[in-house]
Order: sequence, then C-alpha cells, then structure tokens
Amino acid sequence: MSADDALLAIEGLHVFYGGIHALRDVSLTVRRGEVVTLIGANGAGKSTTLRAICGLLSPARGTITFEGDVITGQAAHTLVPRGISMSPEGRGVFANLTVLENLEMGAYLVRDTARIREDLERGFSLFPRLRERAKQNAGTLSGGEQQMLAIARALMSRPKLLLLDEPSLGLAPIVCQTIFSTIDAIKTSGTTVLLVEQNANAALKHSDRAYVIETGAVILEGPASDIAAHPRVKAAYLGE
Amino acid sequence: METLLQQIINGLSLGAIYALIALGYTMVYGVLRLINFAHGDVYMLGAFAGYFLANALGLDGHPSVFWAILVTIGAMAICAAIGVVIERFAYKPVRHHPRLTALITAIGVSLLLEYGGQVVFGATPRFFPQMIESRTYALGGVQITNQNLLIIVVAVIVMFGLEYIVHRTRIGKAMRATSYNLSVAKLMGINTDRVIAFTFALGSALAAAGGVLVALAIPRIDPLMGLMTGLKAFVAAVLGGIGSIPGAMVGGVLIGLMETGLSATAYSTYRDAVAFGVLILILIVRPSGIFGSSVVEKV
Repeated sequence: MSADDALLAIEGLHVFYGGIHALRDVSLTVRRGEVVTLIGANGAGKSTTLRAICGLLSPARGTITFEGDVITGQAAHTLVPRGISMSPEGRGVFANLTVLENLEMGAYLVRDTARIREDLERGFSLFPRLRERAKQNAGTLSGGEQQMLAIARALMSRPKLLLLDEPSLGLAPIVCQTIFSTIDAIKTSGTTVLLVEQNANAALKHSDRAYVIETGAVILEGPASDIAAHPRVKAAYLGE
Repeated sequence: METLLQQIINGLSLGAIYALIALGYTMVYGVLRLINFAHGDVYMLGAFAGYFLANALGLDGHPSVFWAILVTIGAMAICAAIGVVIERFAYKPVRHHPRLTALITAIGVSLLLEYGGQVVFGATPRFFPQMIESRTYALGGVQITNQNLLIIVVAVIVMFGLEYIVHRTRIGKAMRATSYNLSVAKLMGINTDRVIAFTFALGSALAAAGGVLVALAIPRIDPLMGLMTGLKAFVAAVLGGIGSIPGAMVGGVLIGLMETGLSATAYSTYRDAVAFGVLILILIVRPSGIFGSSVVEKV
C-alpha cells in the first residue's frame, strides 16, 4: 500500500483508563473509500480505539495520522473541521432537541445555510423516517430511529472519515439491515467508514477489510472475507 | 386584600433577586454538573464592584438612572471576568477528578471570597451610594418603591435576554448541547471549554446585576452578604429543578413569595427557615424539582 492512499494510519497506540491498559500497541490503517471493521468482544478496546481517533481521549503513546497530519491528542472539536465525525456508542442524540435541531447541531461549524439545506435533504433521503419525525423531540424516537439520527447527524459535517460505534447495538434485525445497507450507501457516496461492531457477521459482509481486537491488541487483520473464513473468528465471533 | 397584594409585590422583588442568582447555579450545573457554591459570593462581588464604580464616578448624592444602569452593566462585566477566572483557575484543573473534588473546591473558593473580601473590603458594612432617588408610589392601598419596581423590571428584561441567548443564538445552542451531553457536544465541533467559560461569565453577570439591584434597595453591603442569599438562591434552583432555566426563575419567585409571606405573619423570625424547609420538602417529595425530569434511555 502506498502512503498516500491511507486516510487514517495508527501506529503503536497505547491508551490507559485509570490503571487499566486498554489498548496495547494497536496499529491499523484505513484507506480512502474503504469500509473497515473492528470486531472483538465487549471491552476488547474497539470503542477506545474510536474515542482515541476522534479526540475524546488522549493516548499515552503512539501516533494517529490523518491525511498525512499527526493528530494524536488533539481536541475532538478541532478534528470535526478536518473531516472526522463520529456516531457515538449509545447514539448520543440530544433528546431535548427536535430531530431537525439535532441534524443542525451536526452542522454546528457550517455557516453556509444552502449547504446545510442540501445536507439535510441528503440525510432525509437516506432515512425517510427522519423526515416524517423532523419536528419531534429526538427523545421520543425509537432506538432504531435514534441510531438513524445519530448517523445522519454525523454526516452533516461532510466527514471524510465516519466513525460508527456499535450502530446495530440493541436494534431489531430488520432495523439492523437498514443500518447496514445505509453503510453501503455511505461508502458509495465516497465517505470512508471505520465501523465498530459486535454483530461480526453482518459487519464483515458489509466491509472491505477487518481487524480483530482482543484484550486491547490487534490479533488478526485482513480482507473481510478472509477474516470471516478464519477458524478462530468463526469459533469466537460468528458462532459457527 | 391590600396586605396580600403588598406582600406579593414585595415577594416578587425579593424573588426576582433569588431568580437572577439561581440562574447562575442552574446554568453551571447544567454544563458541568457542579454546584458552584462560590456563586453567592460573586453576587456580593457584584455589589462591591458597583460600589467602587459608583464612588469612582462620584455618583453618591447625584442620582441618575442613566449612570445607575451604566454602573450595573460595569459591575456585570467585572463579575463576568471574575467568573471566568474562577472557572479557569479553580474548577478547570479538577474537571476530570471525581465530582466531590470540584464541590469541595467550590466551597473553598466561596470561603476565599468571603474572608478574602473581609481582608480587602473590611468586615464593617459599607453604605452603597444612592444612585437613584428613592420614591414610593401608591397604587390603591399598595405601596411600591421605585427600587422594587426597578428590580422587577430589570430582572424581567434580563431573563428575556437570557431566553433569547439560550434559544436563538449559536452560543446558546452550544450551551444546550453541552449541557445535555458534553462529549457528544465536542463531536459536533463545539469548543466546550469556551462554552463552559461563557456559561460562568453569563451566570456571574446575572448575579452581579442582582447584587447591584439589592444594594440600591437596601444600601448596606458587606463581604458576607452573599452567604445567606446565595444559599436561598441555590434552594430556588433546586426547587425549580436544577439545570432548568425556567425552573430557576419560577423557583426564585416562589421562594421570594414564601419568605415575604411568612415575614408578614407572627412567625417572621423564621423567615430564613422557609427556604431550607422547602429544600427538605423538595428532597423528600420531588428531588428533581418542579421542571426537572429524568431522561429515560431508549433501546
């Protein structure tokens, strides 16, 4: 792989939570236009990796490079204009704001109202349910609708890299399908996606490449189809 | 009937002051989940800032509404800066520590301002310059002083201004997002450090307005004046539902009305007990306060 097609490169990342060594020497690369999945058990360090990338926590060691610039330890709000956006675990919608206001919040740094209108339209066509509920408080939405809102909101800043933390968690199978086919659509529109999932089966089907994380370290990496066929992954994550 | 009306007017003007201070408690709690116990002392600093400004301008004995307004705005600006400094140097360093650490820090800042104030300003009460000529209007059998009227009018204007800032401006939008979820607000590209500083500035400015207004009506100010008033305003914020802006306004007015209501009876010596009685009742009956609500997470 040549260096210039890597959108995101992580080298030797170590993160501590209090006394816990949550990430040990994690290295990974995400190329432009890819969907990459991190799979692993609960507490393996998948979300921690995403939180380190988007600046919500600072690593003890290692470097994170985005479009060739080192962004390690930079504050989260400065990474949004660079093109990193995240739909956090648990959705994190603003329950006291309407669906529309939530989406507008995703475009907080955008001053151009025409661009905001255009992006709203794109979000609504991605998730028509959100258009129906635009004036409703986000707290009244179902879990699946909140997840759609969280993804649509993350897209409002026109990210180059979209981080999705457990988007299918706790959702009905039919809603999961909607979410995963949206990830395909997001990829087609040219946005790179780094996905964290416990639903390894579905995630691997919709990804180009995957990394398997166990107790804070990457133990396997490769094309999604190879990972899906790996005996260890089959036994531990695919229930086969 | 007339006594009742009279008490309502007195209660409204006292309540407006509690409301102005309660707003600062509730806004800071909203963004940081911190009870800023030093907030009552910022109200005291507001009165002193007004005192020094008015004396520097030589306003004592030369009543002028224009200059009184200017002095109030000046005191608000000074306290806004003080609020930002307190946040930056006392609370920000302990922001990622357990919440109890910040709470104890807040009590420490409060004591520092109270006793530091006694060192700097002296413990003897000072006479606040009369910037407004005292007048009493009689409406039917009800009497209202122009100072009480001013307190109510200014409080209403300030609260409308606050509503506008919180609901119509960009920084207000950022405040609401930060208050709902600090880390998600960061993911929206919001500089939450700046939002927190702004919240302290805004809350402290409101407390300063309260300090100057009170000093115009009751012109004795001392470094401990923020202690009791601050505690009662805190109770007002809890009564309304801590974190809720309309709650702080309603809570403040209710505490003011109850306190003056009791003062009019034979039990007037218990007037300071009203707020704390209310606090105990609220904590037993409805800990989330009038406008407070618990958010249920959906799956």
